[in-house]
Amino acid sequence: MAKMQSSLRSAIALGSAKDGVHHWWMERISAIALIPLTLWFVIGVIGVAGADYATFSAWLAKPWNAGLLICFIGAAFLHGKMGMEVIIEDYVEPRSVQMMVKVFVNLMAFSLGIISVVSVLIVAVRG
Amino acid sequence: MSLLEERLHRGGPVSPHLQVYNMFALTSFLSILHRIFGAALFVGTLLFVYWIVSAAAGPQAYDAAMNFLGSWFGYLLIFGWSFALFYHMCNGVRHMLWDTGRLLSLKEIYQSGYIMVACALSLTVIAWVVGLSV
Repeated sequence: MAKMQSSLRSAIALGSAKDGVHHWWMERISAIALIPLTLWFVIGVIGVAGADYATFSAWLAKPWNAGLLICFIGAAFLHGKMGMEVIIEDYVEPRSVQMMVKVFVNLMAFSLGIISVVSVLIVAVRG
Repeated sequence: MSLLEERLHRGGPVSPHLQVYNMFALTSFLSILHRIFGAALFVGTLLFVYWIVSAAAGPQAYDAAMNFLGSWFGYLLIFGWSFALFYHMCNGVRHMLWDTGRLLSLKEIYQSGYIMVACALSLTVIAWVVGLSV
């Protein structure tokens, strides 16, 4: 495309770039955090798989386990939300629907994440 | 004007366009699976939420959840979730190596693809062998 216009002219009407690389970067930060957290989670779940409630709550009452599980929940829902946003931006049209789907996914991720963290705390504290 | 037409018109970036590729070449197939499994993992967190919320609701709800998760259908869901998890994690490492400019030749992309699938399958098998034996 021949460039007979200023950079400003070609930027006008494109809309705000919003967050720049922030979204891309946070997706990778959460991905890196999830590697050790996921391995810990799988090992932890194998340890309590099929356990009765008393064994499970005793496991979750240990600060390290409750803390790491909350870290896993936070990183997983953040990463999932961000990944879903990218998929939705690529494939959902028109933009009005795209925005509604993104809002829905965000609300789901935040509410399910908070519900999970609260549940961990309830079991950890109550025993 | 649709979003795609708008982007084409401006010469801007265009979304991964599935139909124009051979979807069953190893490279594109593994790439598409990464997204499908990523989305499946997000939906699959409902299983995790069900487990942890049941525990918070008390011993009876926890026992009911364990009965469901311990059924053949529960095992099937957990097995699918675990493979998707290991696949997405191993392929995510591959993606981040690409982000640093490494392994970008076609030969290396195929090689790392085979290694990634082998790692994901191994981790899934190891997790289930250990999980079912303890």
